Parts: sequence; C-alpha cells; structure tokens
Amino acid sequence: MEKLLNEFSIGLFFWQTLLFGLLLFLLWKFAWKPILNAVNDREDGIKDALAAAENAKKEMQNVTADSEKLLKEARAEREALLKEAREIKNTIVSDAKELAKTEGDKIIKQAQAAIESEKKAAVADIKNQVANLSVEIAEKVIKEELSDKSKQLKLVEGMLGDIKLN
Amino acid sequence: MGFTSYASDKENATEESGKDLKTEIKEYIQHHLQDSHDFSLFSYTKENGEHKYVGFPLPIILWDNGLKVFSSSKFHHGEEIAEVDGNHYKLYHSKIYKTDAHGAINYDEEHHPTNAKPLDFSITKNVVMIFITGLLMLWLFTSLAKSYSKNNGVPTGAGRFFEPIVLYIRDDIARPNIGEKRYKKYMPFLLTIFFFIWFLNIFGLTPLGINVTGNIAITFSLAIMTFLITNFTGTKDYWMHQFDPLGKSLPWYGKILLYIILVPIELLGLIIKPFSLLIRLYANMQAGHIVLMSLIGLMFIFKSWLGSPLSFLLAFAISLIEILVALLQAYIFTMLSALYFGFASEEHEHEHEHEAELSH
Repeated sequence: MEKLLNEFSIGLFFWQTLLFGLLLFLLWKFAWKPILNAVNDREDGIKDALAAAENAKKEMQNVTADSEKLLKEARAEREALLKEAREIKNTIVSDAKELAKTEGDKIIKQAQAAIESEKKAAVADIKNQVANLSVEIAEKVIKEELSDKSKQLKLVEGMLGDIKLN
Repeated sequence: MGFTSYASDKENATEESGKDLKTEIKEYIQHHLQDSHDFSLFSYTKENGEHKYVGFPLPIILWDNGLKVFSSSKFHHGEEIAEVDGNHYKLYHSKIYKTDAHGAINYDEEHHPTNAKPLDFSITKNVVMIFITGLLMLWLFTSLAKSYSKNNGVPTGAGRFFEPIVLYIRDDIARPNIGEKRYKKYMPFLLTIFFFIWFLNIFGLTPLGINVTGNIAITFSLAIMTFLITNFTGTKDYWMHQFDPLGKSLPWYGKILLYIILVPIELLGLIIKPFSLLIRLYANMQAGHIVLMSLIGLMFIFKSWLGSPLSFLLAFAISLIEILVALLQAYIFTMLSALYFGFASEEHEHEHEHEAELSH
C-alpha cells in the first residue's frame, strides 16, 4: 500500500483526468453521438424496411386473394350469364312456339269460320236457288195443274187426305 | 529492442560496478514500470562507459513557490542536477526531489528519501502516450462518424472493424446491465473508457512498452470517474438502497440495530467497487509487464542453447496471452462500470409490489 501511494503521481493524475475528460467530451460530441445516431437510424431503417417488406408481402397475398376472388366471381358471373341466356333462349323459343301455335290456331279457326260462313252462304244460296227453282217449278206445275178445275179439287182432296192420315 | 542493447551492455557494466546481472534486470524492470520524464526509445553504453540515450526530452512543469517550466534534458537522465531559478532539482527513481546544489539526498531508516518533493505536473512519457492515444481515438472515431454520413450509414475501412465493437458494447454491455431506459446517456463514457484502456494496454505491449494503464494514478483517475458518474446519476431508489436497504420490510425500531452495521457496509461498498476497479486494472497490467520482462530477462541470465530459446518461447506465449489480457481488462473495466451504472439507475418495482401487498 505504501509502495502504491509512493508510486501515485499527482501530476499524472491531473493530466490523465484532464486529457481523458477532454477526450470524452470531444468523442462524445464528434464521434459517439453521430456514430450511435447513424447506427440507430440504420437499425430503424432496417426494421422499417423489414416491416414494409412484410406489409408488401401481405398486400401481395391480399392482391392475389383478391384477384382469385375476382376471377371466381367473374367465372360465376359468366356461368350465371350463360345460364340466363340459355333460359332466355328457351323461353323465347317456347314463347315463339306458343305464339306461332296460337296464331296458327287462330288463323286456322278464322279460315274454318270463313269456310263455314262461305259454306253457309253457299248452302243458303243454293237453298234460295233451289227454293226459287222449286217455286218456279211448282208455279209452273200448279199453273199447269190448275188450269183445269177438277184437278184442283182432286189435289185439295188429296191434301186433305194426307192431313187425315197424319 | 531497447532492452536488448541495454542489458547486453549492462553486462559489461556490471562487471565494473560489481552488481550482478539479476539485480540489474530487476532494477531495469522496476525502472520500466515507472513513468519517466523523457521519451527514451533505447539506450546503450559507449566503450568509454558513457551512457547514450536515444529519444527526446519532455517539458518539466513544477509547482514550487511558482511555476517552473524547463526541459527534461537538464537532468541528463538523472545523471545531473537541474538548476532553475536558484532551486536545485534531482531526478531520483523517476521522481523529482528538491536538493541542495550538490544533489545530496537524505534518507530515512527505510531508505526513503526525505527531501522535499515539489508538485510535479510534468508532461511525462505517460502523458505523451495518453495524448497520442487520445489523438488516435479522435481521428479514428470521427472518421468513422464521417464515413456514416458519407456512405449512407455503412462504415468503411477501419470502421468495419470498430463498428461491431461499438455495437457489442452497446448491446452486450450497456443494454443488459443498465437497462433499455437509461443506457443511452452512459454510452459515450463506456465507449471512451473501453477504447482508451484497450489502446493503452496494446501500446504497452509494443516494443516501446509504455506502461500507462499499469500506473496507479491512471487507474485511479479512471475509477474515480466511474465512481463520480455512478453517484451523480444515481436514482432515488439507488440512494434509498444505500441508506435504507431493507425498505418497508421491517418496522423502524427493528431496523435501527441492523442499520448500525448495514449502512456502513453499504457505504463502504460504494468505495470498494471503484477501488476494486482501479486495483484490478493496475495489478493486471503491472503483473503482465513484470512477467513478460522477467521472461525476456531470463534469456540473458540463462545464456544457453536450451534456456534462452525456452524463455523466448515462454515470452512469446505470454505476449499472446497479454494481448488477450489487454482486451479482457478493457472489457472487464467497461463491463463493471456498466454494472455499477446499472445499480445507480435501478428502479425498484418490487417495492411497489410490497406496498400493494401491505395495503391488502
């Protein structure tokens, strides 16, 4: 201990403290502060970059998922559209068929009606003509028949006889 | 290098002076471990017995009823008495004593000089070394700092070597010991002290062999800074722990007796912590230098085909270990400083828990 105390030099202690203090101050100001700040900044930068990369990856996944979803949706929509189109086609065709059928039926009915009415008219015409002819014939026959009185009486008698029979 | 020439020449000198080689080597080692007032690289003895020193003198600054500044060349390496303003000074075992005109030194019974010692603020070899190391660190780390701004946050050159060390000190010394919240304000001190001690330790191992960190004044200065920083930045909880170590776990009348013993122990611990720091660094570096130089000295004592290569190999192995020790001691000093700062910044959460328990 005594040897240690003997070795202790106040001058050296003084210079050491002074120089070390100065060195500490200068390094603090011009070296450690910028170095530690730079290292911190760099580490923060790396952390941020990693986080950003992670985010980008997630976003990428989201985008892929989204696009897949979109694709699925599009596919489903296409399916739906095709189905709808098919249905529409079917309805159109069936409607057209129906329409055509009803229209045809209608036309046929009209034709039938026309034919019927024509036929009726024709029949009526024929009846008329027949009636006229028969009236004319009957007139002529009757004129002929009635030209003599006996014959007229005979006819009336004949007719009355017919009524009796009825 | 310096030693070789010195020792081999000394061998001749010892024959004349009658001292044996072992004592010479011992004295040389003693001399080497101490600070010196001139920057000598090596010395040799001329054939006529005159010592030649290669190096340069350093300024001597004394406070002896006024400031006295002169060159150390006046001492002629302790061989002559320097006369300044009518006062005479003599260099004896690397210390400056005030003497009479003849340079007489009076001794007490234990062979210690009793002459007056003026306050010595000389720029010694160690001070020069501290200065050089300081400049080196400034240059190294400011250029590292600049390389960040120039290079977009990526270090270049030597910075690539030093950056991991800086990060290691931050992540493995400061953060775990001091805590995430408060470690930042201690970082400059920890970094400076680590590199300062490491560089000086390494310089001590170069052939110049300037033993700065093996000097008690240096380690004392470093330890007292740790001590002051620890206590000036201490939190309330830290001081509570010093003066009231048991906290609320005991009523006050129970504590009185215990505290008569406990508080002095806690307070003593305050001083012992930095004291262990200063002794550890000093003793390690001192011992390393002694072992290394003794092994080198052995080469000159053995002077045989077996002994000298063997002691050379040993010295080589010890040198390698010393390089490790140089780093290790810097690490330990920084680590323990961080640990003490950690004590100083402790914030007891368990005390709040106690309060909560008591209130139930």
